[in-house]
Amino acid sequence: MDKTNRPIVLEAKGLTKRFPGVLANDNINLKLHQGEILALLGENGAGKSTLMNMLYGLYTPTEGEIWIKGEKVELSNPGEAIDRGVGMVHQHFQLVPPMTVAENVMLGSEITSGGGRLNMRQAIRNVRELSEQYGLAVDPTAVIEDLPVGTQQRVEIIKALYRHADILILDEPTAVLTPQEANELFRIMRDLTAQNVSIIFITHKLKEVLAVADRIGVLRSGQMVGTAMPEDSTETSLAEMMVGRNVILRVEKSASKPGQPVLQIQNLHVHDDRGHAAVEGVDLEVFAGEILGIAGVEGNGQRELVEALTGLRHIDAGKIRIDGQDTTHFSPRQITELGVAHIPEDREKHGLVMPYTLSDNMVLNRYFKAPYAKGLIMHHDKIDENGKVLVKEYDVRPPNVHALAQNLSGGNKQKVIVAREFSSPTKLLVAAQPTRGIDVGSIEFIHKEIVAQRDHGVAVLVVSAELDEVLGLADRVAVMFDGRVVKILPIAEATRERVGLLMAGSDA
Amino acid sequence: MTTAAMAKTKSRGDYVRIVGLIFGGIVLLGIIYGYITNPVTTTAVLASTLRQSTPLVLGALCGLIGERSGIINIGIEGQMLMAAFIAFLANVYTGNLFVAVLAGLATGAVLGGFLAFMSVTLKMDQIIGGTVINILALGLTSFFYQTGLTTQGKLQAIALGPLAEIPLIGPVFFDNPPITYATLILVMVVHYVLFYTRWGLRTRAVGEHPSAADTVGINVYKMRYINVIIGGSIAGLAGAYLTLEAVGSFERAMTNGRGFVALAVMIFGKYTPFGAWGAALLFGFAVALQTQLQFSGRLEIPHQFIGMLPYVLTIVVLAGFVGRTRVPAAVGKPYEKE
Repeated sequence: MDKTNRPIVLEAKGLTKRFPGVLANDNINLKLHQGEILALLGENGAGKSTLMNMLYGLYTPTEGEIWIKGEKVELSNPGEAIDRGVGMVHQHFQLVPPMTVAENVMLGSEITSGGGRLNMRQAIRNVRELSEQYGLAVDPTAVIEDLPVGTQQRVEIIKALYRHADILILDEPTAVLTPQEANELFRIMRDLTAQNVSIIFITHKLKEVLAVADRIGVLRSGQMVGTAMPEDSTETSLAEMMVGRNVILRVEKSASKPGQPVLQIQNLHVHDDRGHAAVEGVDLEVFAGEILGIAGVEGNGQRELVEALTGLRHIDAGKIRIDGQDTTHFSPRQITELGVAHIPEDREKHGLVMPYTLSDNMVLNRYFKAPYAKGLIMHHDKIDENGKVLVKEYDVRPPNVHALAQNLSGGNKQKVIVAREFSSPTKLLVAAQPTRGIDVGSIEFIHKEIVAQRDHGVAVLVVSAELDEVLGLADRVAVMFDGRVVKILPIAEATRERVGLLMAGSDA
Repeated sequence: MTTAAMAKTKSRGDYVRIVGLIFGGIVLLGIIYGYITNPVTTTAVLASTLRQSTPLVLGALCGLIGERSGIINIGIEGQMLMAAFIAFLANVYTGNLFVAVLAGLATGAVLGGFLAFMSVTLKMDQIIGGTVINILALGLTSFFYQTGLTTQGKLQAIALGPLAEIPLIGPVFFDNPPITYATLILVMVVHYVLFYTRWGLRTRAVGEHPSAADTVGINVYKMRYINVIIGGSIAGLAGAYLTLEAVGSFERAMTNGRGFVALAVMIFGKYTPFGAWGAALLFGFAVALQTQLQFSGRLEIPHQFIGMLPYVLTIVVLAGFVGRTRVPAAVGKPYEKE
């Protein structure tokens, strides 16, 4: 709906933010009208977060002006933004896990009765009133860490409303939600705008933008490249604005030709870092020449499953066989040597050694073998040679093998890992969140490489929190919930709705 | 967390509670039995338990105020020692015990401020910051201490009228010197502040999730500074207790590891004031008991072994219980604003 005739509640005029060596935001103009949902679309690194942090008082603009409700403002800290009615729901929730909902909501603006004593009863009553007024179901006395993420997000919204926010900034709010939870969030957003709350909704997911926005602004490399109305836009047109060139959103692949089973998991039990059971009796088989995708909301045992089968986590019970060998108690190196490639979930922590050069990072799985080493001596010329070949083949930028891994962008870091893992003989590929937080171009590239591996007869296990990625890549989809594989579906039967329901734990 | 896991934690909580009740029951029966068979010794041991526990409770309160706000303080030992020394000097040169106590408090607070400066402003490793304080205190006090200084008295016990006449309870709880009383009050005050006031809510938030506190406009650095300084002054009170109330003079390295035992007490007490108090009483009891055993000379064991009792207890308790304590999530991590 067009709401541009309504009063402007927030306006950015020529906002520019310069960091040493980087122009993060370049002369950005933006208007938000009362009761409007403005979607702000852009790739990672396009400058969305910088812009929002300026509007929320976390950064001071280098140039430009911010106007809130017809008044020019200088925001030097979040407190001043809050006072003017701006509330922000961060991508990483800013909630204290062992505290209750009511305690979290009032933190920083506590209700006290003389001598600084907390008035919990009044706080609980206020939370309850807000949750009724805006349809945000939440128990004020529940402890945050016991709540599902969808509910935690509602607490974040209540937190902003409690501070009388009527301009809400939602930063990638659907990243951690199931499709059903996301739909519930969209309903809440519409309810809020009906009560004259204005919303800036930051995302890189095209579907959601079309589903919920009143107006769309697109950011690319620090500049506002255009605005659009959802009724005049398609996913492809928005993606092109976002990336600046033609993109293929769909993964192109032929039907799979599955062969022998390569990975066989029987009744696997694994615990998480806190000692709680995380994987509780998983059975899975992955065949040569197919991609098995694991869908599920994060934290349902996927991470522990991947760590167990790559030898990084102790296995409590059950059996894992890779290519016919019992690898249940193998070390990570023994597993790698069998021909298992692993793209770990956290590339900076487990995928790369950040202060090492690219050529060193490219041999982390084989530096101890000829031709890279002989006995105790490493052959740096061979290592660099290998690096140069791979950098070229996988289009890593900058194409300098002596650059340090820490100086690369997310997409290029991931390409280094992919190059290393795909360039040794592989029978099984385990890819966890292979495209998390990287640009559309790199996503396209990595997806193509994964499909190419499959077509070479590699068995592929893809774990991703992005449902679209799983549905795009997989030949079969396994859904994990609460430490178990609740269902395995052939891709033809795996619709968004059905998988979404399974992810939320209901039987479909 | 899954519901199954929640059920598991809950039943473990119940289990701990039952063991605690049984343990408490045995202790109570033991005290009654001891009082019936040998009232004089029992009263002496219990009174000594309370006094021995005083510096441990104070040290643990210092530690937990800091850690709840996210700063590890392993410099308690040094803060105590330095405060003990300065309080002693103040007593020697002014002869005013009240001024001496204030000097102890101030010394602890200054060292707390120093720790906060290192860990909050300089973002130094907090373990190293605490070690700096420990080494500094040991070196300075040993260097400047001269033998032959004489104090002008120490803090005397104040009997609280008729309350002190109650058998067993009276001499144990109501016939103590001022810092021991103050400690009992402090346990309650810190508990109230930590769990029922705005200050406490903010302190805990800063120690668990500092960026959450920051985004709602709480000054993380200021909260940490103030908590660590207040904690330091409480450690200073523990130091003052040693020279002004317990011994009446200063000796080199007289804290004798109490600052570290206080850390064990804090952890065993699950970062709560009452928990720390209970844990400290247990250690105090071990110290009182070993003193009594050595004194009576009835046991045919070399006295070194009896002297080990409190330290063995520290090891057993830490090895057996630490895993079950929930540590404030952000403790030890310097906070970087975005």
